[in-house]
Amino acid sequence: MKYVDEFRDPEVIAGVVREIARTVDPARQYRVMEVCGGHTHSIYRHGLRDVLPENIELVHGPGCPVCVLPTGRVDDGLAIASRDDVILTCFGDMMRVPGTKGTPLELKARGADIRMVYSPLDALRIADQNPNKHVCFFAIGFETTAPSTALTILRAQALGLTNFSVFSNHVTIVPAMRAILDSPDMRIDAFVGPGHVTTITGCRPYEFIARDYAKPVVVSGFEPLDILESILMILHQLHAGEARVENQYKRIVPWEGNPPALRAMAAVFELRPYFEWRGLGFISQSALAIKPALAAFDAERIFEIPGVRVTDPRGAQCGEVLKGVLKPPQCKLFGTECNPEHPVGALMVSSEGACAAYYRYAVHAETVGA
Amino acid sequence: MTVVRAARKTPRFADTQIEMAHGAGGTASRRLVEGLIAPYFANPVLQAFTDAAGLSVDGARIATTADGFVVKPLRFPGGSIGELAVNGTLNDLAVSAAKPVALMATLILEEGLPASTLESEIEAMAIAARRAGVPIVGGDTKVVEHGKADGMYVSTFGIGTVDPRATLDPASIRPGDKVLLSGPIGAHGITILLARGELDIQADLVSDTRPVWPFVAALLETCPAGLRWMRDPTRGGVATSLNELVHAGDYGVALFEERIPMHDAVRGACELLGLDPLHIANEGQFIAVVAEEDADAALAAVRAVPGGEGAVLIGEVRAEPRRRVIGVNGYGGTRVIDMLVGDPLPRIC
Repeated sequence: MKYVDEFRDPEVIAGVVREIARTVDPARQYRVMEVCGGHTHSIYRHGLRDVLPENIELVHGPGCPVCVLPTGRVDDGLAIASRDDVILTCFGDMMRVPGTKGTPLELKARGADIRMVYSPLDALRIADQNPNKHVCFFAIGFETTAPSTALTILRAQALGLTNFSVFSNHVTIVPAMRAILDSPDMRIDAFVGPGHVTTITGCRPYEFIARDYAKPVVVSGFEPLDILESILMILHQLHAGEARVENQYKRIVPWEGNPPALRAMAAVFELRPYFEWRGLGFISQSALAIKPALAAFDAERIFEIPGVRVTDPRGAQCGEVLKGVLKPPQCKLFGTECNPEHPVGALMVSSEGACAAYYRYAVHAETVGA
Repeated sequence: MTVVRAARKTPRFADTQIEMAHGAGGTASRRLVEGLIAPYFANPVLQAFTDAAGLSVDGARIATTADGFVVKPLRFPGGSIGELAVNGTLNDLAVSAAKPVALMATLILEEGLPASTLESEIEAMAIAARRAGVPIVGGDTKVVEHGKADGMYVSTFGIGTVDPRATLDPASIRPGDKVLLSGPIGAHGITILLARGELDIQADLVSDTRPVWPFVAALLETCPAGLRWMRDPTRGGVATSLNELVHAGDYGVALFEERIPMHDAVRGACELLGLDPLHIANEGQFIAVVAEEDADAALAAVRAVPGGEGAVLIGEVRAEPRRRVIGVNGYGGTRVIDMLVGDPLPRIC
């Protein structure tokens, strides 16, 4: 398969692995954060931990959309879904994220009309087919998915639909990275930058990380070879005492990003003054609300939502894992009370969540619950 | 580093309601069957949790099995619910080394179902049964109100005689034994997913539904003593079947990821949708564990049967890590391959 096989070629990968082993300074400890959950998944899916030197520690970042969604927002979405006149649509990842009264899947089994979609445009189609129902799309994700939500809202407006809305939980990655950099327990040497997000935003938004915090950022693709090459590029920067933003994922990511997508986002969304992130707390200017001019499509204005803030369950240490302070198995609930079938925290739900990836794929876990 | 995993426990069923995942063939299904249903019926035959129940009747070894079919849509590229209902039950017998003797079928029909749809499914069942040389000797028909079923559901029951040469016994599995797969995986599950038309993906792919008895017969002919275990990896896929095997044993299985055969369309769809092909259902494949010394002969025997050309030795039994299925790739990376969790593709069979 083109664009996949050449980036999984065992011989080429073995070559890069040898190069990393030659380059690495055995006297030094490296802590590299992969920001994006897609990278976390790929690292475990392809067993990359097994081929990296022990003194390169990969720290899993906050770039997993369902993982950073606070429980209160799940409750708000499910409150909308509980109405008889509503069809709630969401991505598959959301279906098993627990709210305080259960997951969307459990609510669906009790009779709520909750449907999984692969694109917000599918939600629009459902709205078109069900004129007597209100169809709400539970939007999550970073800049990767925000443009498609924006375009869907613009399409709904152009079609004159009056039974469609979006519950926006879109967030932006840079404020979260800044929050991690400013965190007192921050111990990270460099970042593997998020490939998909950067397709939209371009590389410039990370320049402050190199300039102000002196940390290298290498925007990376998602195949094993991409991630290993990015790590090698980081090693070269660190050893040269440099801190630059580099683009390993040039075949997909233009340095300037995707201007039409950014324009669509700007037309539909505005920054919220602040937004709660699971584990990271409130981060200012880190999330996207629908502009007042498009209030007719904004579920937060159409429906009364509880808006109750819910703390993480006792014992769950999602926040520490999200910030990279703890490894997933160091959480007290990992593998026992919290497992992929009965997730306590969202990091155990999404395939991009550090805990789920670790639980599913990590062979060399000290203990894994039955 | 060593891997520690608690010994197999009977899963407790504490769920408060039935959800789609309970029918998906993965961990939730296992919890439902082993935690709620089996304890009430407790008996040694049931508790073996094999694809078919092995009974001894006046000294004769008999295998029986029952299977329900609720696939949506009723017709899909490469097959339909009727054909599936016959092949599925025949295959449960086949992987128990049982040559089928007869089938029975129960039809649950929804009011308003076009008679022509029913007739074409009956015809599909007849053709599939005739192809396998097995008569359908009885059954039952019920009709429910409009809206209470999705067109039609089929349940089949099969009975067969266990081949006297067969010595299937997972307890005989040893480190070094090989895992044989009959052909490319995931075609059925992905075909159904695409046939629903909910995704804007088109692919040149058909269901793999077919009887696997000819391959099993070839194995029984070639290496009856070295044939230790067989399964048809339907719901939950190859990963779930192998996990069920290792959970009950004292060994692990390593799969060589690059060797696992699949069509490009399956691989592409799985990459796109974030699915693991090892979790996707098959309806015409089987996996077998064969003794190391018989592995090459077993592979050659399956490949010699028409339709078996794609068979591959995909992995091996290892002493460590115990009770785990792991994937090993060409550059030394490893990962755990777990059972299916949740319900990626509902109602595939």
